Amino acid sequence: MREIPFDTAVIGGGAAGMAAALEVRARGHRVCIVERDDELGGILLQCIHNGFGLHEFREDLTGPEYAGRAIREVAESEITIFTRTTVSEIASHGGGRELTCYSAENGVVKIASRAIVLAMGCRERNRGNLRIPGSRPAGVFTAGLAQRLINMEGYVPGRDFVIIGSGDIGLIMARRLQWLGCRVHAVIEIMPYPSGLTRNIVQCLNDFSIPLYLNHVVSRIHGSGRVTGVDVTPVPGGVPNPAGEFHIPCDTILLSVGLIPENELSKAAGVEITTETNGPVVDATMMTSAEGIFATGNVLHVHDLVDNVTEESRLTGGFVADYLAGLRPARQIRVRPGSNVRSITPARVDPLRANRLYLRPLIVKNNAALVLSAGGRQIRRIMKSHVQPSEMISVNLRAVDLADLAPDTVLELSIT
Amino acid sequence: MRKELTCISCPIGCALVAETQADGSVSVTGNQCSRGVEYAHDELVDPKRVVTATCRTNSTRHPRLPVRSREPCPREKIAGVLQRIYGLTAEVPVSQGDLLAELDGVQIVATRTLED
Repeated sequence: MREIPFDTAVIGGGAAGMAAALEVRARGHRVCIVERDDELGGILLQCIHNGFGLHEFREDLTGPEYAGRAIREVAESEITIFTRTTVSEIASHGGGRELTCYSAENGVVKIASRAIVLAMGCRERNRGNLRIPGSRPAGVFTAGLAQRLINMEGYVPGRDFVIIGSGDIGLIMARRLQWLGCRVHAVIEIMPYPSGLTRNIVQCLNDFSIPLYLNHVVSRIHGSGRVTGVDVTPVPGGVPNPAGEFHIPCDTILLSVGLIPENELSKAAGVEITTETNGPVVDATMMTSAEGIFATGNVLHVHDLVDNVTEESRLTGGFVADYLAGLRPARQIRVRPGSNVRSITPARVDPLRANRLYLRPLIVKNNAALVLSAGGRQIRRIMKSHVQPSEMISVNLRAVDLADLAPDTVLELSIT
Repeated sequence: MRKELTCISCPIGCALVAETQADGSVSVTGNQCSRGVEYAHDELVDPKRVVTATCRTNSTRHPRLPVRSREPCPREKIAGVLQRIYGLTAEVPVSQGDLLAELDGVQIVATRTLED
């Protein structure tokens, strides 16, 4: 067993973990990244398509290219990397924390650190989460798993596909499968609007004339050994219409129905989780309810663009460095989601500085107004040309917006 | 020719209407920035897509290498470019940006570095 002391230990070596680690290191602290895979990069490495980096680099990069930039920066900095190392526990230790880790090369490794950054990302929702009726044949995959099998391991898991859910990974896989010579017969979405980005609907479905059935569900999966097809039922207004049911033969089903932050380690460490995002509750500095434990990236809330992950994680790294230097906000003010807002991250602001908040809207609307209010009094109104649930909104609240607020004020952000 | 398009230059996704004028130029409405004009023009006159796929490697650790067309590729050339990619076997080590093949003016480059 080895004991290694750091100022900050980052759990997860994807886009979030690397950006946070680089920022903490740039501020002069001893940092390590603990990654369970063979190499840094995370899910970006299996996202071989382009569309990454438009905000961060003003370039149209593929996932591996975007990851490669961060990997090179990490390699050139003095950040300690533990790959093939899995964290099993976060325990209190002196004034800080201690990670218990396992690796094939080093056995049990204990890492003592003053601060911890949670950057483990998400898992995919699967068939069990959806409770789709029918038999239990082979040939049902989550879209991200199929992506890994095809892009990294070189296996194509079927010929004729139906995709359940219009999440981005499913849309991206639709194009990838068509380009491999497979057929994608339909994308089935329960909601009245797509859950993926517009550009993915255009380039991954419309380019190949793949039908997108909004307000529809897969009501039964058929097949004994292998999937043979699905029944699709319209659900206009959320009410099933069995008379409109139809059958699509296929041999493989991909599920692209959302991501859930990986919370097992966090929960065991006493970190409070919120149902708004399914991730940890954080304060204005991205610190969780557990002292010295921060969270960033998809483990905190699901992002649709990696550019936002990098931006948020760089901010988080700065907050971690402040914490290590003993700098904490004098006071914080709560912000809660108002009408048409699903979640706000972080849910507290520091009234003495500018705060960057990330919102998930519940509605599709053009010329929407984002309204910041306190006790019914409007403080600021920000116009947005277009909002939709599949696009996260980022907004800057200025210190001047937050001046002269009583300490027990609860701010509200709504969309009208 | 008149075409309704969704601009994909950025995540906003402006709804564009592009129309070919009598003098051969293309008029565009609905865009919020100049990239919308460029996109609509290209979709009407010369639609292109970045092609991304993977090819075989001679590595045991990494059986697939991700690749892309260096620049957006004319849509009618995509099928041929994909066939070319699927016929390639990349030899490691390979660096991100390395040119692996060229087909009809379309350069196929590695999008990641593989040491072994």
